Amino acid sequence: MSPLAAHAAIRFGLGARPDAKVPDDPHAWLTEQVAPLVEAPGPSLEEIRHALVERNRDRSNELRRDLVRGEAIGWAERMLTTPRPFAERWVGFWYNHLTVSRRNSLGTSYSGHYHRLAIRSHAFGSFETMLLAAYRHPAMLGYLDQANSVGPGSRGGTRRNAGLNENLARECLELHTITPAEGYTQADVGALALILTGWSIGRGADLNEPFGFMFRPAAHEPGPKTLLGRQYAEGEAGGAAALSFLANHPSTHKALALKLARHFIADAPPAHAVARIEAVLRSSQGDLSAAARAVLAEPGAWEPLTKLRNGEDYALAVMRGLGMPERAAPALLAAMIRLGQPLWTAPAPIGWPDDAASWAVPEQLMRRVDWAQDMAARPDGGQRVPLPQLVEALLGPLARAETVAAARRAGSAQEAVLLVLASPEAQRR
Amino acid sequence: MILQRRSFLLGLAGAITIGRSRMAVAAGPLGERRLVVVLLRGALDGLAAVQPYGDADLLGLRGPLALPEPGQEGGVLDLGGYFGLHPGLGRLHALYRQDQALMLHAVAGPWRSRSHFEAQDFMESGAGRRLPDGWLNRALAGQPETAEGARRGLAVGLDVPLLLRGAVRVGSYAPHGRNHPETETLALLARWHHADPVLGPAFAEGLRARGFSAAVLAGHEPLPAGTHGFVGLASAAGRLLASGTGPRVAALELGGWDTHANQAGRLAGPLRALDEGLDALRVSLGPAWSETAVLVLTEFGRTVRINGTGGTDHGTGGVAFILGGAVRGGRVIADWPGLAGTRLHENRDLMPTMDQRRIAKGLLAGHLGLAPAALSRAFPDSDAATPFRGLLRVEA
Repeated sequence: MSPLAAHAAIRFGLGARPDAKVPDDPHAWLTEQVAPLVEAPGPSLEEIRHALVERNRDRSNELRRDLVRGEAIGWAERMLTTPRPFAERWVGFWYNHLTVSRRNSLGTSYSGHYHRLAIRSHAFGSFETMLLAAYRHPAMLGYLDQANSVGPGSRGGTRRNAGLNENLARECLELHTITPAEGYTQADVGALALILTGWSIGRGADLNEPFGFMFRPAAHEPGPKTLLGRQYAEGEAGGAAALSFLANHPSTHKALALKLARHFIADAPPAHAVARIEAVLRSSQGDLSAAARAVLAEPGAWEPLTKLRNGEDYALAVMRGLGMPERAAPALLAAMIRLGQPLWTAPAPIGWPDDAASWAVPEQLMRRVDWAQDMAARPDGGQRVPLPQLVEALLGPLARAETVAAARRAGSAQEAVLLVLASPEAQRR
Repeated sequence: MILQRRSFLLGLAGAITIGRSRMAVAAGPLGERRLVVVLLRGALDGLAAVQPYGDADLLGLRGPLALPEPGQEGGVLDLGGYFGLHPGLGRLHALYRQDQALMLHAVAGPWRSRSHFEAQDFMESGAGRRLPDGWLNRALAGQPETAEGARRGLAVGLDVPLLLRGAVRVGSYAPHGRNHPETETLALLARWHHADPVLGPAFAEGLRARGFSAAVLAGHEPLPAGTHGFVGLASAAGRLLASGTGPRVAALELGGWDTHANQAGRLAGPLRALDEGLDALRVSLGPAWSETAVLVLTEFGRTVRINGTGGTDHGTGGVAFILGGAVRGGRVIADWPGLAGTRLHENRDLMPTMDQRRIAKGLLAGHLGLAPAALSRAFPDSDAATPFRGLLRVEA
């Protein structure tokens, strides 16, 4: 594997595998991955809803737990062995941007489906389409409390215990689209919340409702609303129009470009790189394929690897570097819990942090060393892959002569592998 | 030369000790016998662990690494007038004084590789070459299952070492959070991270919070007592082995022995872990200790001469320990080759005079009752390495 190929696998992918060498033309390898992904298998909304109903009827029913577990295992298997690691990293970036966390019941039940069908299926389409798919998904509608938001002037708003919930509207403006740089006001938050009233979750055929998204006119605030100086008509279409406007707003492009550059270039990326990605987003009306190609074309993304791996990145890179098989998926999920980043469980709607300062913390680094020690001892891990192949896959061009020399003269095979896994350069991407 | 401790004992106290420990012996049926193998990875320096202070050439070759004679400040613990145990192995010495531990010196396997990886594989294969399974697993092949179909063998730690891999299914057990890297490895990682402005401060702080002060990392002080993961593993192993339905054979491993530099300081941590761990194993085995033999092996010894960095390099002849209530201890067993220049292997290493396989075969035969055919399966092509008998109080 050439140094450039290893760089591509580490920075843009999920870390190289000894059994899946990156071709000598890594640019082509990456560019070919910028194309819609085949839908990953998993349960339908109807099946998930059914499992939820069963569990609510009988707490010992394990159907929902099995579905949730199956989604996570499926994800982990893909991440360990995917032939398109850049595409999967790209998906992970957007999931984190539009985070749904398993910290509540709907988030737990639907996050796998949300990942597959709201985010992954739209990862190389337009940002607007992805945003709308996310906002129409029961996972997001539940996670940010939109499903039960009721316009005070609506028919439902006259009921007791019903009222407006601004959560999704606020996070939409603050985190998902224009960000505070645009200078919106509390009035805009309130207006968007009113615009989105009625966006809710259908409970299925038994109740004469669809499974998944449904618009509830009875909860929708009547009359036109004004957001950022523009008027939106009453009804579901008004919400879609507002989200479309926000998704394509120049401030949104600017915020997305900065976030992408932070992920793929550096914690503090050069302004000209951000500006180029932003320009592509604007001229393409938020086409995420164009944005991906723009990121790949950034010279800064091909400069020395200085990003610090987060817990998930580190676990994945190590396990892929060790050539661990698909059946190690449960071990990957367990590793992410141990490294403080359980799958789809961001602590807040802002998602997991993407800067070194957030991950270079004492307990995090100690846990990485202890976990690496375990991986080094596993018969399907450190006891399997020859040292030079591990170094090439995991460290690539980052490998320091000191690490390689120390591993060669280590007191045991396990210690040799540990020194590679726990080296400072293994923490970078 | 076999030095009998009792031949050097004076007075009544020793005799009582001997008497008491003898009374504790009650040979149970073979099915109650426990065998624990502890692998010291990285090559323990046998001359530091069991120092031949009676050898006139020691001081000249070892210089500052030679410890004072017994009875002096920081001196070795006497093993019968010629050898002395490292003072970091005080608990092991107490067992020796109760005739429950013996030391074997100038030991080596049939290989002459000085590569850790190769030699460890050979040691666990039980041969001068790498085999797909380990001698302890092959030895289990003829052993009866314990009650309720419990596994006969148990690997304690996250890994099943080659020693226990093979056709016979063995269990493995690892208490959560017990598997920390060795101090020396952490010290190296700390140095590497120190140079990184982002990772360095956090890494150092994380180590401090876990008891790895700068002095511990530098090898000037051992880890605080009882904090080493090996102690917990050994204790857990004892509990599992003590159970009537538990395994009868277990393997443990402990690293940190590759002391190329600052050996005097670097050895303190692993020695304390070994000493505390073996004692924790004894305590948690309870009454079953009387049915137990523990074999401690390392892949090779280290150079007789001290190197330029206060350490020793990969050598040949080293030590092995056997301890347990079933062991006829209180002895050092060694056909001592001497340290005079002409007596050294390749003019650098302790000349091996005892094949490591003889010791293991002696235990398998005398303790677990393996027949000659089973011994040959465990150690192929080892006819010349006859079982070393007489290691146990009651031999099968």
